[in-house]
Amino acid sequence: MKTESLMLWLDQRLGINALAELARKKEIPRHRHSVWYYFGGMTLFLFTVQVATGILLLLYYRPSAETAFESVQFIITEVQFGWLIRSVHSWSANLMILALFIHMFSVYFMSAYKPPREITWVTGVLLFFICIGFGFSGYLLPWNKLAYFATKVGTEITGVIPIVGKPMLRFLRGGDEVTGATLTRFFGFHVAVLPATATVLLGIHLLLVQMHGMSVPEKYSGTSLKKMKFFPNFFLRDLIGWILAIGVLAALAAMFPWELGEKADPFSPAPAGIKPEWYFLFMFQTLKYLPAKILFIDGEILGVLAFGLGGLVWVLVPFLNRYPGTPKRRKFFTVFGILVVAFIVVMTLIGFVT
Amino acid sequence: MSSFCDQCGQIFASLSKSRVCRRATLRRFLTLAVVACAILIFVSISFLSKIVPVSAQQKNSCIECHSQLEGRLGDPARLFENDIHKARGLSCNDCHGGDPTQDDKKGAKSALHGYTGKPAKNLIPNFCGKCHSDAALMKKFNPSLRVDQVQEYWTSVHGTKLRAGDTNVATCVSCHDVHGIRAPGDPMSSVSPLNVAETCAKCHGNAEYMKSYDIPHDQYDKYKLSVHAKALYEKHDLSAPTCNDCHGNHGAAPPGLASVANVCGQCHARQSTLFQASPHKAAFDKMQIGECIRCHSNHGIVAPTDQMLGVGAESVCTSCHNNDKGYDGAVQMSGKIENLQTSIHRATEILDRAERAGMEVSRPKFELREAFDALTQGRVLTHSAAPSEVEKAIEPGIASAAKSYKAGEDAFSELTFRRQGLAVSLVFILFLAFLVYLKIRQIESEPPGIES
Amino acid sequence: MSVNANNPDEFGIGNQPKNESRRRFLDYLLGTSAVATLGAIFYPIFRFMVPPQITEAQQNSVIAAKSNEIANNSGKIFKFGSKPGIIIRTQTGDLKAFSASCTHLDCIVQYQPETKQIWCACHNGQYDLTGKNVGGPPPRPLEEFTVNVKGDDIVVTKS
Repeated sequence: MKTESLMLWLDQRLGINALAELARKKEIPRHRHSVWYYFGGMTLFLFTVQVATGILLLLYYRPSAETAFESVQFIITEVQFGWLIRSVHSWSANLMILALFIHMFSVYFMSAYKPPREITWVTGVLLFFICIGFGFSGYLLPWNKLAYFATKVGTEITGVIPIVGKPMLRFLRGGDEVTGATLTRFFGFHVAVLPATATVLLGIHLLLVQMHGMSVPEKYSGTSLKKMKFFPNFFLRDLIGWILAIGVLAALAAMFPWELGEKADPFSPAPAGIKPEWYFLFMFQTLKYLPAKILFIDGEILGVLAFGLGGLVWVLVPFLNRYPGTPKRRKFFTVFGILVVAFIVVMTLIGFVT
Repeated sequence: MSSFCDQCGQIFASLSKSRVCRRATLRRFLTLAVVACAILIFVSISFLSKIVPVSAQQKNSCIECHSQLEGRLGDPARLFENDIHKARGLSCNDCHGGDPTQDDKKGAKSALHGYTGKPAKNLIPNFCGKCHSDAALMKKFNPSLRVDQVQEYWTSVHGTKLRAGDTNVATCVSCHDVHGIRAPGDPMSSVSPLNVAETCAKCHGNAEYMKSYDIPHDQYDKYKLSVHAKALYEKHDLSAPTCNDCHGNHGAAPPGLASVANVCGQCHARQSTLFQASPHKAAFDKMQIGECIRCHSNHGIVAPTDQMLGVGAESVCTSCHNNDKGYDGAVQMSGKIENLQTSIHRATEILDRAERAGMEVSRPKFELREAFDALTQGRVLTHSAAPSEVEKAIEPGIASAAKSYKAGEDAFSELTFRRQGLAVSLVFILFLAFLVYLKIRQIESEPPGIES
Repeated sequence: MSVNANNPDEFGIGNQPKNESRRRFLDYLLGTSAVATLGAIFYPIFRFMVPPQITEAQQNSVIAAKSNEIANNSGKIFKFGSKPGIIIRTQTGDLKAFSASCTHLDCIVQYQPETKQIWCACHNGQYDLTGKNVGGPPPRPLEEFTVNVKGDDIVVTKS
């Protein structure tokens, strides 16, 4: 009885009954490929883990070149369970990006971006870029040797873009070189700029998903599919996944703690075999393979521009692969997607092995 | 064409094309010529003064003639370009006498102008000493230079032998070169610290040369393998010793056997003091044993090892001591040092393992440095030949190593705690996931229409 | 919670209460283990938020010693973060602090009251009381730190 009167009170002020009705009505279609529906929620869950652990780390982290490394060292040696929070944060970042890749490509291959879901796709791809940005900016924050040189190499590459490259590089680095100014700037991106942008885009993304419901592969459109209620059925299944994810993160943090390494020293030479994090590896490896000059253009510039173009095409996929469209076109896009995945996987593996 | 001349204004019968009379034309021409000549002279003077050095503008026939000669007669003139004496404004006649303003050989090399020519070998020290031992003169060029080199030289082995009539020994020019002399601070000088050993080895490394003096010729080869040579040549530590730092340069002589400790003690002060206060000093001097070099060698000094101590195969103590008090002392000292060495090793090993397992142990690793310091102290104190002194230094080291070892153990117990915590939480987590799964099954097994 | 009215099956009427009790049991288990797991998650988080004993991460400033520990014309080695430091009280009572890592080969230096200089035992390096290398192999002076006295404590800060 008490809960009912509480609900009534809230409804009179916030109109929550309408929302509760929508939640009760939300349904998930069940078919052979329904399993992919879990990955959006998994990405969101891991993102929440990142926000929570990130805020906790913020209680002790100091973002200056003189103190950053020591503050992280302090967290993992002196603070109670600091090692756990920090390792979870680092591992969850990687797991989130992995889940994000799976979510993005499963949406792609199921053509879930077809009308009316184009904007959902666009916000999603932008969120992907933002998450990559989170990864890149966060990686520098411990200010260790590996991160310093990875950032140096990564920002160097932006510099080769014609015309806008140099100003972009200076904007990213907060100067011409990677210094304490870069660290401060990356910190600002990581804890303020990117979270704000992500929140807005995520809000739009999730709102649109609620509005449009779950997309269904074309072969099932028109047929009546079995449906599962979101609350509690699908949600409980989601929950299992999230609980298991917590277990995986705990295990990773305890068994494979994230390394701290040595403090960055701008004057020491780069250690041999500098590699970026795995989600950048395919681009890094590709650039390594490009010849120094193609026709009269620098190989590197061409590579960077090609990736930029690739990113642009990726954002615009719903507008390029029009629906209903022709079967030929659909096949082309499927093949294109397979090639992209294969390219990324192969290049990443090569990058690991060499 | 008759008209007014533009220059002088008078009427003439014929005018040049530019309407001036002949005289005006001539005047113009002469003015031009004078100006041209002036320019030419100015240019040639400035040009010539640039390619012809100032000093030689004061004529120097020595250089002029000798630079045109080949081989050893012409080398002095060519080498002199880089000589420090030249840079100070001196020239050939300042050492050799003669008159460089005279063009012909007779006039330039006339005895009237004090020409002395090439000095005999045994007169070289005084030849250089003419200036270099004159304090008032040297003050004009470099007040901080010493003026007792020749005096020192006569006390050296080289100087003594030279005075006795042996002209095969080194004189000033053997080490400092002649005509192309550079300051000792110049890295290209034959007496710069980086080159001294090679310079000495020119004679002292030559088997033939040294045979007649019955001196070994392997010092340079041995030195090149030494830890001092490594510091000097590889690490570019110019404070590392080379031949002259132990043997002296102008007063070069091997230090007496009883003063070796003082020589080494210039840098290794502590070891020297300890040694000289130990019973070894009196014993070594009595037995005519070279103090430091008996155990450490003289030229081929390598980094000492702990194996040199004690009574093992590589021990230096056992070359004299056998079943006596010294033997026992050696056993005690090496025992203590080995003890600490082992403790440090254990501590390092456990900390390395902890680090590989993912634990942060940079602090304990740093604190292990204290133990290392104690080890260094202990090793130095062996020169006192007093086991009690060694013990005093080693003890804090053992405590420090034990502390670091404990830190390593703590790291592992923390690791175990984490893994246990993980196991427990995984049990909870998996159990919870399982329960949720059961709940789903339960909800979905109930016929539709049930509201939970 | 509304329960379905009697719905007999081949086993008879009896399974309703069993279902009910099973459901209750499952809900109970679910509830308690959910709380336990949440507890296991929030316990480390709360411990994390409580500040540890040592509150400073970087040692930019350190208490080298107590004022009365250092007599005139004496020195003491102390730990400055991860590096050794030396605090010296001169003959006239002034306090000075330097890095104690010899600039030659990194041995730890010491204060010599007889010569009123800082000395390195390894290769006889000497520094004066401004930290300048005045004798022996050391190529560079010792880094000087700022000294402040706060009550009983001598606080040394990196300049």
